[in-house]
Amino acid sequence: MARMNMIQAINSALDNMMERDDNVVMMGEDIGYFGGVFRATAGLQEKYGKTRVFDTPISECGIIGAAVGMGAYGLRPVPEIQFADYIYPGIDQLISEAARLRYRSAGEFIAPMTVRSPFGGGIFGGQTHSQSPESMFTHVSGIKTVIPSTPYDAKGLLIASIEDNDPVIFFEPKRIYNGPFDGYYDKPVQPWSKHDAGEVPDDYYRIELGKANIVREGADLTVLAYGTMVHVALGVIKEHGIDAEVIDLRTLVPLDIETIEKSIEKTGRCLIVHEATRTSGFGAELSALVQERCFYHLEAPIERVTGFDTPYPHSLEWAYFPGPVRIGEALDKIMKD
Amino acid sequence: MAKASAPKSSSKKSTSTRKKTSAPRKKAVATSSSRVPKLPAFKRYKANKAELLELYEQMLLIRRFEEKAGQLYGLGLIGGFCHLYIGQEAVAVGLQSALDEDKDSVITGYRDHGHMLAYGIDPKAIMAELTGRAAGISKGKGGSMHMFSVEHKFYGGHGIVGAQVSLGTGLGFAHKYREDGGVCMAYFGDGAANQGQVYESFNMAELWKLPMVFVIENNQYAMGTSVNRSSAEDQLYRRGESFRIPGIQVNGMDLLEVRGAAEMALKWVRSGKGPILMELKTYRYRGHSMSDPAKYRSREEVQSMREKSDAIEQAKNELIKMGMGEDELKAADKKIRKIVSEAADFAESSPEPDAPELYTDVLVETY
Ligand SMILES: Cc1ncc(C[n+]2csc(CCOP(=O)(O)OP(=O)(O)O)c2C)c(N)n1
Ligand SMILES: [Mg+2]
Repeated sequence: MARMNMIQAINSALDNMMERDDNVVMMGEDIGYFGGVFRATAGLQEKYGKTRVFDTPISECGIIGAAVGMGAYGLRPVPEIQFADYIYPGIDQLISEAARLRYRSAGEFIAPMTVRSPFGGGIFGGQTHSQSPESMFTHVSGIKTVIPSTPYDAKGLLIASIEDNDPVIFFEPKRIYNGPFDGYYDKPVQPWSKHDAGEVPDDYYRIELGKANIVREGADLTVLAYGTMVHVALGVIKEHGIDAEVIDLRTLVPLDIETIEKSIEKTGRCLIVHEATRTSGFGAELSALVQERCFYHLEAPIERVTGFDTPYPHSLEWAYFPGPVRIGEALDKIMKD
Repeated sequence: MAKASAPKSSSKKSTSTRKKTSAPRKKAVATSSSRVPKLPAFKRYKANKAELLELYEQMLLIRRFEEKAGQLYGLGLIGGFCHLYIGQEAVAVGLQSALDEDKDSVITGYRDHGHMLAYGIDPKAIMAELTGRAAGISKGKGGSMHMFSVEHKFYGGHGIVGAQVSLGTGLGFAHKYREDGGVCMAYFGDGAANQGQVYESFNMAELWKLPMVFVIENNQYAMGTSVNRSSAEDQLYRRGESFRIPGIQVNGMDLLEVRGAAEMALKWVRSGKGPILMELKTYRYRGHSMSDPAKYRSREEVQSMREKSDAIEQAKNELIKMGMGEDELKAADKKIRKIVSEAADFAESSPEPDAPELYTDVLVETY
């Protein structure tokens, strides 16, 4: 056991998998020699050599396309896309190839690849370093979407993703790499070393995809969140003294709908929080599912707190970010109804 | 159309050679560059004293502006991602001074402050954009990487590596379509030169004979990756050859050399011969962005470039040789410092955009 931040936990997962399986290879822009812009792959090229951990040109379409081919031949590539905002040049390869190879070859060929990519805002990155494009991938059948919210989960989920025989998009909420950011941007963030979920085994372990985590049990209301917003929601709930149940989805596809259903049957209220823009965001899917499955248990309309339907701004980031104020207002509203 | 018929005639030729001599086909095998048109030689530009002083001042403005931006970043007044142009000044100034401001368009990537300044765009509006203020050229909504000016036909300022090359190709098309005599100059980095869409653009630009100058600013690194660690063909000026786009490699640390090459390139493109590719060998003195541990190159390497190849120093020495006095140079320096410090004051003191601005400019209508 060691105390790790999320970067170290990811590094540890990659290290374990490189050690256990020769088929695991890693590639990306500045990930080898330099160890990645966020240092997630630091030290791995030295340890496993340049044929297994290597730098690529700035060619996202080529990187992801090559990973599909590597996977089809039996390797387990783990490409890094430096920021989720740069995944779009490779989206054709992800959607048209990776996600559909199994189906159209009737299971003969698969694409067991895990695309790692830091995503989300709160770092003053403007429109090209802040986006949350997860619902573009959840909309595509044949691909899994995983988003951890703690170092412990990041490691277990990443290992399960790499071992998974389907393509996985593994979005890392970069705002919480160092600590569980609660939305108060003007206060220092408590580091992961002071948090229970910063306790991470050095050895291999898995967290199964498709299992949500109830991070706080409660009776009055169910909050559905993932990534950074889990911590922002927890902070607001504490402040408002509401006995809410907070569910960290962990994986959007496959989704643990049973856990969600059970919780809402108990609480009768549902708040959904995500950073991504609202229209066609994953919250819309969640809201529809809850309505379909829990309608007769609901005591108030489902609420969503999300990013606004605009590009991520350069200035006014904290007016844009769905932080404590907006979540608090939604909580008050939903409890009054 | 001329291009479309060319392959036919040459393939006829090669079949007829094959008939005549069956064994040694060596002669018929073309070298890879043989079908690329030959560019005329170009000369270093001959500037008179007044002209050179003006270009020198433009470079100096970029240098001082960027130094100031670096300081404001350090003070937390500029946030996020900010890429300085220090070291590369001769490229933007040398090339853009050769353009026809009324007709030609320019597009570049995120390292864009220098190109805007070389256009004479108000330093205050640029600096205020860096600090994210309402008076910024993009109302504080774009930031360092996303700045535009319709007035100057400056089409940005783009954060996605390589994207501007395709957009530029569209600008080139529009110039041709409108028959307005304009040329599009599309800048991109050595790292961007490995994006697939660059080659899709090359092909279309040559196929349609678009008035384009593709400019690779080869500062030898893409973040922490040097050209030879990322590029199979590291002579980047040759990257257009398979599309029959002629290329030239130019010393981008020599202002007048750059200007001379630009004159030649623009003449070529304006005469309807199609696109041209210029590789400008240059160097960035600072880190890739404001956070860069610079482990990928030695301090000595940077130092030696600064000392031996600095374009601003070189231009200054030429001015001195032309008889420019110390006091004249000092006056120029003073003038530039004043412009920059006024820009910084303006950028610090002007207000942030109002929150409702978040919702404007998303679509035509505000909603
Ligand atoms: C599609 C895309 N991939 C990756 C990035 C991240 N990135 C920003 S700048 C850069 C390096 C570009 O280097 P180069 O083209 O040589 O330009 P320079 O920074 O040297 O001016 C990278 C990888 C990006 N902005 N867009
Ligand atoms: Mg470069």
